[in-house]
Amino acid sequence: MNTCMERLKNGIITENPTFVMMLGMCPTLAVTSSAINGLGMGLTTTAVLVLSNLFISLLRNVIPDKVRIPGFIVVVASFVTMIQLLLKAYIPFLDQALGVYIPLIVVNCIILGRAEAYASKNGPVASIFDGIGMGLGFTFGLTCIGICREILGAGAIFGKTFIPDDFHITFFVLAPGAFLVLAFLTALQNKLKMPSATNVEGDDSLSCGGNCAGCTGCGAVANKGIIEAERAAAKAAAAQAAKEKAAAAKAAKEAAAKASADKSE
Amino acid sequence: MIGELFVLIISSMLVSNVVLSQFLGICPFLGVSKKVETAVGMGAAVTFVITIACAITYPIYYGILVPLHVEFLETIAFILIIAALVQFVEMVLKKFMPALHATLGVFLPLITTNCAVLGVAMNNITDGYNFGFSLASGFFTAIGFLISITILAGIRERIEHNDIPESFKGTPIVLVTASLMAIAFCGFAGIV
Repeated sequence: MNTCMERLKNGIITENPTFVMMLGMCPTLAVTSSAINGLGMGLTTTAVLVLSNLFISLLRNVIPDKVRIPGFIVVVASFVTMIQLLLKAYIPFLDQALGVYIPLIVVNCIILGRAEAYASKNGPVASIFDGIGMGLGFTFGLTCIGICREILGAGAIFGKTFIPDDFHITFFVLAPGAFLVLAFLTALQNKLKMPSATNVEGDDSLSCGGNCAGCTGCGAVANKGIIEAERAAAKAAAAQAAKEKAAAAKAAKEAAAKASADKSE
Repeated sequence: MIGELFVLIISSMLVSNVVLSQFLGICPFLGVSKKVETAVGMGAAVTFVITIACAITYPIYYGILVPLHVEFLETIAFILIIAALVQFVEMVLKKFMPALHATLGVFLPLITTNCAVLGVAMNNITDGYNFGFSLASGFFTAIGFLISITILAGIRERIEHNDIPESFKGTPIVLVTASLMAIAFCGFAGIV
């Protein structure tokens, strides 16, 4: 029970995917034009996350290590398809509002990241709670940004208008407003020195910024190529160095042999 | 026909720019835009993969999924095709075009998790384009990505040594820049 509560707290506060980890930026910017869309997207992602965490945790000893990423993708894509069909049937307005971003949950970093970092190593119950925690954290983040943009842009919360038309700043519900609201929220985080992936110094050449303390795996998947290339380069350099050393040693030996030969003459 | 194609090119490249108005591919847009060189490399790799992905997903959808009445498998089929495609493209480039592989190779594994590829492939199906229009839409959407990531990288190189407020250093100033670019790109809306 203790682990379960710890997983919930971890997902919602300590490792909040939106504000702390800065994961899943595409839906964060795209669907938060109103609070209800943010909430809907968050809950949809939560449903997929809980189901995929559960199944990946159950299948963790069955899926071979080498093909685990494609395996995870198939599991996640199946659940996304199911949820998409359910939304089409029962909540059509949400399906209309979210559009292509529902199938795009498949490529959301959070889901594959949790599968790789947690569900593939832990039991089903803990994984479910991890999914719920992370999902609610993401929902919380999206709803917060959605509320900010809706108040500023449409003068309303959850569709209930309370600011007269003349004081709406339509800019904030349009595309540029999404970037600006997120910019100010991250700046506020930096100002308050709150933990965030953005205010940790790291290696710039990696796509995740090299913040390994806050890595959930999706960055690691992306960085694999870079790291492998670096390793190969290091190996090649070491081989080259060894070769040169051997050549130098050989030359020294030859010189010594020559010198001794000269002496004997 | 030509007119329609022209409208498609302008709208997919500039008006509904893949990053700045559709919010697809934000991760590489923010992550790999520190230097113009790497940004151009990333943009070129994305262009390459999106165009091939559009060319392959179209016949698979209309040749296999539609006749079998399993259109709902679109998501699963497309993501697996794209993941396999990226691996395949990498192997082919390594074997036959080592020079190109040296330039684009590092970026290819990053693209599997790029939602722009899947998003464009699915949008083509939703919009009901024919094969030629799908290819054009894919290619020019990717060119739109290349344009915006290159501009952002250029701006980031210039503002690196500027006197930015302490709390705006890092990601926030990049997001503000992206926001200003998005405003500029809104101006293209009048063309079409």
